[in-house]
Amino acid sequence: MKFGVLMFPGSNCEHDAYHAVRKVLRQPAEFIWHQSTDLKECQAIIVPGGFSYGDYLRTGAIARFSPVMGAVRRFADRGGLVLGICNGFQILLESGLLPGAMLRNRGLKYVCRQVSIRVENARIPFTGLAGEGDVWNIPIGHMEGNYTLDAEAFRRLERNRQVVFRYCRPDGEITADANPNGSIANVAGICNSGGNVLGMMPHPERASEPLLGSQDGVRLFQSMIQSRS
Amino acid sequence: MKARVYVSLKKSVLDPQGKTIHQSLQNIGFQRITEVRQGKFFEIDFASELTLEDVQAEVEKIAEDVLTNPVIEEFTYEIE
Repeated sequence: MKFGVLMFPGSNCEHDAYHAVRKVLRQPAEFIWHQSTDLKECQAIIVPGGFSYGDYLRTGAIARFSPVMGAVRRFADRGGLVLGICNGFQILLESGLLPGAMLRNRGLKYVCRQVSIRVENARIPFTGLAGEGDVWNIPIGHMEGNYTLDAEAFRRLERNRQVVFRYCRPDGEITADANPNGSIANVAGICNSGGNVLGMMPHPERASEPLLGSQDGVRLFQSMIQSRS
Repeated sequence: MKARVYVSLKKSVLDPQGKTIHQSLQNIGFQRITEVRQGKFFEIDFASELTLEDVQAEVEKIAEDVLTNPVIEEFTYEIE
């Protein structure tokens, strides 16, 4: 599967994402500059973490208007796989490819640590190789990860099984103290109604090799590859 | 013409920064404050040949499409 990794001014996880898919998973991969509208026949697009456009105005707010995002929207509308990680998730929210918005973390601090997340929906292309209820150990690093949505829309999201990951205790229990940022119902990742666009605050690319302390992120990339083979 | 746009979190959205500021103000003795909300302020200059109606329409479009995220924020503006 050919992966395209977007690059915005201020992205800083694009090389990590590229390394994970290219070197760890041995898939073809290319960087795609934000001014480009050519997705180079990639079968999956990664919108990486970082501080696109310095996070000016709101996180992801300026990146949304870059030429490449128009191409990503058309790609997603045709069912293409789009994975937004951290700032990439924020960009997908601002773009309207995913519902909701991010607020400053409840504790007002940048939180950078290993967390446990539970797989809530294992029937989408990003989690097909996982089991529902599996607990992954994956790092987060963000200031605005406090996901919010109005109550009615959130009920719809849950009904449609669009909540893909929730922050949990290491044993899988969903508790308030396992929530690092105040996110509604411990949400760590959501997908669109088609299941082909996923946004998540944890960084699977930072949990892809033994040296990094966890390889749980690999299952997400492997699931993507398997879903299209 | 100059437009001033004020963006704030909707009332229904918790404002942790405003709460922290409120707490600090209470700590230094401002006990009679009941709430603090933090927001953003934009000053936008328009070319002088535009009519008031043109500027209003542009300001509203800019505020809705760019300056706010309508999921969590709302805005007011004034033009002079």
